[in-house]
Amino acid sequence: MDVLLSPSGGKQHLLLGNEAIVRGALEAGVAFATCYPGTPSSEVPDTLYSLRKSYPDKVKYYFEYSTNEKVALECAAGAAAAGIKTLCTMKHVGMNVAADPLMTLAYVGTNAGMLILTADDPSLFSSQNEQDNRYYARLSGLPMLEPAGPAQAKEMVKYGFEISEQLKTPVLLRTTTRVNHTREAVTFAKLTPVKTKAKFVKAPMQYVTVPAVSRNLHLRLLRIQNQLREISEQSPYNAISGRGSWGVVTSGVCANYVQDAIADLGAKSKIKVLTLGMSWPLPEKKIARFLGSVKKVLVVEELEPILEEALRSIAQEYGIKTAIAGKMKGQVPAKSVDLEPPAFFSRAFEYNPRLVRQAMAKCFGLKAAVKTELDLGDMPAPPGRPPNLCAGCPHRATYYAVKQLLGDDAIYPSDIGCYTLGLLPPIKAADFLICMGSSVSSAGGFSRATDQKVVSFIGDSTFFHSGITGLVNAVHNNHNFTLVILDNGTTAMTGHQPHPGVNTQAIGDSTTHIPLEPLIRGLGVQHVATIKPFKVRSSMKAIEEAVAFQGVSVIISQELCPLFARRVAPRTRKPFQVVESKCKHHMDCINKVACPAMYVENGQAKINALQCIGCALCAQICPENAILPVRAEEVS
Amino acid sequence: MSTQRIVFVGVGGQGNLLASNLLGQAALEAGQHVVVSEIHGMAQRGGVVESAVILGEATSPIVSNGEADVLVAFEPVEALRLLSKANQDSLVITNTRPLPPFTVAIGMAPYPEPGKSVAYLQKKVRKVVAFDGQGLAEKALNPLSLNMVMLGALFAAAKLPIPVKTMKKVIRSQTKKRFVESNLKAFDLGYQAAA
Repeated sequence: MDVLLSPSGGKQHLLLGNEAIVRGALEAGVAFATCYPGTPSSEVPDTLYSLRKSYPDKVKYYFEYSTNEKVALECAAGAAAAGIKTLCTMKHVGMNVAADPLMTLAYVGTNAGMLILTADDPSLFSSQNEQDNRYYARLSGLPMLEPAGPAQAKEMVKYGFEISEQLKTPVLLRTTTRVNHTREAVTFAKLTPVKTKAKFVKAPMQYVTVPAVSRNLHLRLLRIQNQLREISEQSPYNAISGRGSWGVVTSGVCANYVQDAIADLGAKSKIKVLTLGMSWPLPEKKIARFLGSVKKVLVVEELEPILEEALRSIAQEYGIKTAIAGKMKGQVPAKSVDLEPPAFFSRAFEYNPRLVRQAMAKCFGLKAAVKTELDLGDMPAPPGRPPNLCAGCPHRATYYAVKQLLGDDAIYPSDIGCYTLGLLPPIKAADFLICMGSSVSSAGGFSRATDQKVVSFIGDSTFFHSGITGLVNAVHNNHNFTLVILDNGTTAMTGHQPHPGVNTQAIGDSTTHIPLEPLIRGLGVQHVATIKPFKVRSSMKAIEEAVAFQGVSVIISQELCPLFARRVAPRTRKPFQVVESKCKHHMDCINKVACPAMYVENGQAKINALQCIGCALCAQICPENAILPVRAEEVS
Repeated sequence: MSTQRIVFVGVGGQGNLLASNLLGQAALEAGQHVVVSEIHGMAQRGGVVESAVILGEATSPIVSNGEADVLVAFEPVEALRLLSKANQDSLVITNTRPLPPFTVAIGMAPYPEPGKSVAYLQKKVRKVVAFDGQGLAEKALNPLSLNMVMLGALFAAAKLPIPVKTMKKVIRSQTKKRFVESNLKAFDLGYQAAA
């Protein structure tokens, strides 16, 4: 059995932050969980899903991958209003999608514990922006907890459920990538019995937010905030450690950098630290006392200067003159973090131990013993290794067909998924991307504002997430573009989670499959064609017709993600090879598709048979027909 | 005990994250304080994968530039790419078998000759252990066991506060049954190569 389901407590296990969050939810007795996956949050729902699938008899909670974050939060809100303990998870930008229900859910509250995870991504390891979701606590008026690492994350999940139950309000748990994707020892406690059903007690004056109701509910929220402020003052997670006449205020993962820096600087008797694990509402009195007890304070927080500004405001209110230092106001790092780690506290990018140590040393006039960085100015430049579409990825074939027909002149709005990698040469088929679903809606803008051809690309999961509304809009308003749905049968980017279009039988789920083509016809699209992208010629013909169609046309490019197919429908296609006697070195196979299974050795294109999955795309574009399957006797 | 910071770097599919996770579990089993951090995301798409294991008192999950005590590279060009993590006292362990990225295949960039990469590493840091780890994985009859080879080399070349037998116990209990024997063989071959 999976260690996460161990009913007893006491033992320590090395857990990923996201697994620790799951264990915390299990120890709290979670009964209902919804999500839309997204890095760095995905392992929370993925773990809940796989536990439920592997141990249906042991697991008591309901779990679903919802179609998007708004849906996930609304579904969770229903369960929590009915009265069972609920968890809802998403990445930071997912909270933008869920912001509408969030703001008013804060008014109506819940009838059982409810925890909402927002997983932020400073430094944009796998995101389109690095927005600071601590603002959502302030915007919605909901309390926020910020763990420093996995062990604390588990405890805070339980603490969050307790506060939520006590005040009947949802609680936000905000993590960052370095908490979600860190492993450390986590001490287990006992599992709690799960209450899986409730009886919904009608209370329309609480739950139906017409203006007359909401006016009262806003007052309810403000009263709850007063209670939360008292909880925050008493919270064990808003704690002062150490002693000294200088102070540091910090929260989240930075608390670790601060503790390590104090040890490294030998400043244990000089600097005391206020860690704000419950970062909203702030414990103003505790902060004021802390500010008043030190000569100078440095605020160590990634992204926005939220705590720093709060401290300045509290200092003003309490008439405290202590100097407050933090971000270098207005200063912008000269280079992106992938070229150079930030050298000062700015509003961009995550911090690191060295940066925090040096900033603390500078602020308090201490000497930092640092290891000298190597001078690598004379290093032979390593070739770039950007992520690439996998060998045998069907997106590559679809992109090839579209680019052969329309070249670089057409506008290619793209969307969020593996296929965004079509941005890179030689494919270069991504021209505009802002968020989930933007490929569909922005295409209408491009087609109205220009006379250029517009072909936009969206994945199947992203289409279900937020492409449908945009497509309805395009049909209704008579836009003119072609939408290509790259239907690889799964949510590939985030780890192959199911979605409404997945073949539910193949993965053994009892959910209902919603086929794309009838859905799209039902939306009123007049020209719809489903293609098999590895059949290059017929695909090109279908795309040509779709592009020629005046109005909205949709191409569904249907082929399983090869990584997903390996699990659900293993195939026995033979790998291909370049027959050197036939090859005349056009290099189309290399230059037009950039498949990672292909390489050049002494001017000869070759195929790595271990990587090739036999999709035959290169074989179909070779002008000499020099790429053929490896014969059985050659595969050993 | 002082802190020991180990950075692993490799290419998606080389098993780098499994190596750091197993090392973390062995550390916990050996009673050491340990923090493991991983950068996921594009791992399956052939990108660079980086992880870190921090043993000792430190609680920070990441290793800053110049602060890695050991850099374990699963691919020679990746050793160069992450060399900024090292300082002149660092130990660098690298597999020398190239895995050229597609930018090389399409002629966007040349691939530095592995011998020259290793010579460069030797010029910059105290100690370099370089060998054909992929060859040893193949010798162990499990081409996917490069991660075990590199773990073996790490245990031989660095002074870790974890007994080898604890590491092997974790490999035995945490890797797929049908690979346990080849994984242990690969670990031993890596150990011998670096001893």
